[in-house]
Amino acid sequence: MKASSPGLARSLDQTFSLAWRSLVQLRRNPWELGDYSFQPVLFLLLFVYIFGGAIAGSTDEYLTFMLPGIVVMNMMFVTVYIGHGLNTDLTRGYFDRLRAMPVARWAPLAGRILADLVKQAWSIVLLLGLGFLLGFRLETSVFGLLAMCVLVLVFALAFSWVMILVGILARDPEHVQIFGFTALFPVTFVSNVFVPIETLPVWLQGIVSANPVSVLTDACRGLLLGGPVWSPILISLIWSLAFAALFIPLSLMALRKRLGH
Amino acid sequence: MDDAAIQATGLVKHFGETVAVDGVNLVVQRGQVLGLLGPNGAGKTTMVRMLATLTRPDAGAAKVGGHDVIEQAHEVRGKIGLTGQFASIDDRLTGRENLFLIGRLLGFTRAQARSRAAELLNRFQLDDAADRPAQSYSGGMRRRLDLAASLVGQPEILFLDEPSTGLDPRARRQLWTLIRELVSDGVTVLLTTQYLDEADTLADEIVVIDHGKVIAAGTPEAIKRRIGARTLVLGLVDSTRLDLAATILAGVSGQDPDRQGERLSVSLSGHSMLPALIRALDESGIEVDELVLKDPSLDEVFLSLTGQPAPPETMNPEAS
Repeated sequence: MKASSPGLARSLDQTFSLAWRSLVQLRRNPWELGDYSFQPVLFLLLFVYIFGGAIAGSTDEYLTFMLPGIVVMNMMFVTVYIGHGLNTDLTRGYFDRLRAMPVARWAPLAGRILADLVKQAWSIVLLLGLGFLLGFRLETSVFGLLAMCVLVLVFALAFSWVMILVGILARDPEHVQIFGFTALFPVTFVSNVFVPIETLPVWLQGIVSANPVSVLTDACRGLLLGGPVWSPILISLIWSLAFAALFIPLSLMALRKRLGH
Repeated sequence: MDDAAIQATGLVKHFGETVAVDGVNLVVQRGQVLGLLGPNGAGKTTMVRMLATLTRPDAGAAKVGGHDVIEQAHEVRGKIGLTGQFASIDDRLTGRENLFLIGRLLGFTRAQARSRAAELLNRFQLDDAADRPAQSYSGGMRRRLDLAASLVGQPEILFLDEPSTGLDPRARRQLWTLIRELVSDGVTVLLTTQYLDEADTLADEIVVIDHGKVIAAGTPEAIKRRIGARTLVLGLVDSTRLDLAATILAGVSGQDPDRQGERLSVSLSGHSMLPALIRALDESGIEVDELVLKDPSLDEVFLSLTGQPAPPETMNPEAS
């Protein structure tokens, strides 16, 4: 609806308050926090110590290979929660409460996205921290490490809009989760996260190297371990732009429709 | 008319082929309570959503708090509080955090938001549960927290969409007391309900809607006069005397009482029938164990206003 809106300072304040809300929620839901923390840690440990020897010849080498990939994979899964949270607000009427208040129209979404970035940053730090404890060696520089974190967050910001759309379209929060995880498993596994592309059947190699998850993983490996980075970084950013350009308008349209305008 | 708190003219809303609201006019004066009475699917919630700026009307116009709901939606939002059909609070926050957040969103400082939250928690008897997550609250507590959340900004106009649906009788009466207190503070209230007794107790004026159209409007007394009879239900100490009692009731009221199990019921007409019935029973030495006055159910209301019963899916066993 057309309306004058609160000033920018007030709108930002509202965004921060709503982001605070999403983060405080975590305290009451250790299960969700577990998904950002224990699950990726478990994945990392299992893959490194169970498959590491078989895949890479040694657990140390496999840790080096896999850590950047598991950061990317985990980022993808964490985006499901933005859709889940948004859908909960829509189905339980909380979104309506916010819309009936003098709150900036974009603040509820912006608050969620902001909180989501904090959660993303938390899991990146956690995974990298654990990686370093287990013996991961940074072979580039702190600058490379920071660039990698920023790149993953930029990609997360763009890819979140896919899950925002799912969150708007789904009937209830459970469906968001089921759809999100079911779709993300093949997308993240059919990639170079766990194994080098060369080991795959030729027909699969094309798909895997086109997968944005592989491209982003390549960029992260390059930024942490050295090697060519500019091309995968550029392609990752193009993917991010494409996700944003397609899914932001689709999400806003779907939201308008769902809210019954 | 210009200073009416809510003024709607010819509001229409379609959802696909269905006409949810079909040309409703409505005026609520400042400080008054309007009860919007109707069965499920009558268009009550859609009316509230349009007036609360959540849904854009397809036709017609409405002013709330002196502002147009479409052109000045933001100003309207600054004056209203909305408590929806389902408590829209954040289950994972505590009661206190819920209210604090609303205060912050309304531009309160931290200190202001904290003290407003404490004040409302106290007023709504949620002190003890203030620091527990809302998901542990009972239905009545959730509804109170929801209402408290709508009041953080001290709205001039309050929309209550079926505030007592799903509450037990005690929680319901508690809620009614709270609503009456708000009204005495000068808040204008538009409440929707499926229960005639609720509209009767709380509202200064009742508008009955069905299939998106207004089918009756007036004071509760006027509506009840149009609807007619309340029913007297009696239970006796000595149930072997039911037949005798039935004969006496029939003699005074001129109608055969309904008999359900051990209870007799007669519909009352006029203000002298009730004392006359009691006197007659007393004269025959019949002792009364139970005596209930029942308002007509929503179905009876519809029967007398439209000549048709309310749609079957809207029949509510709790309505009495």
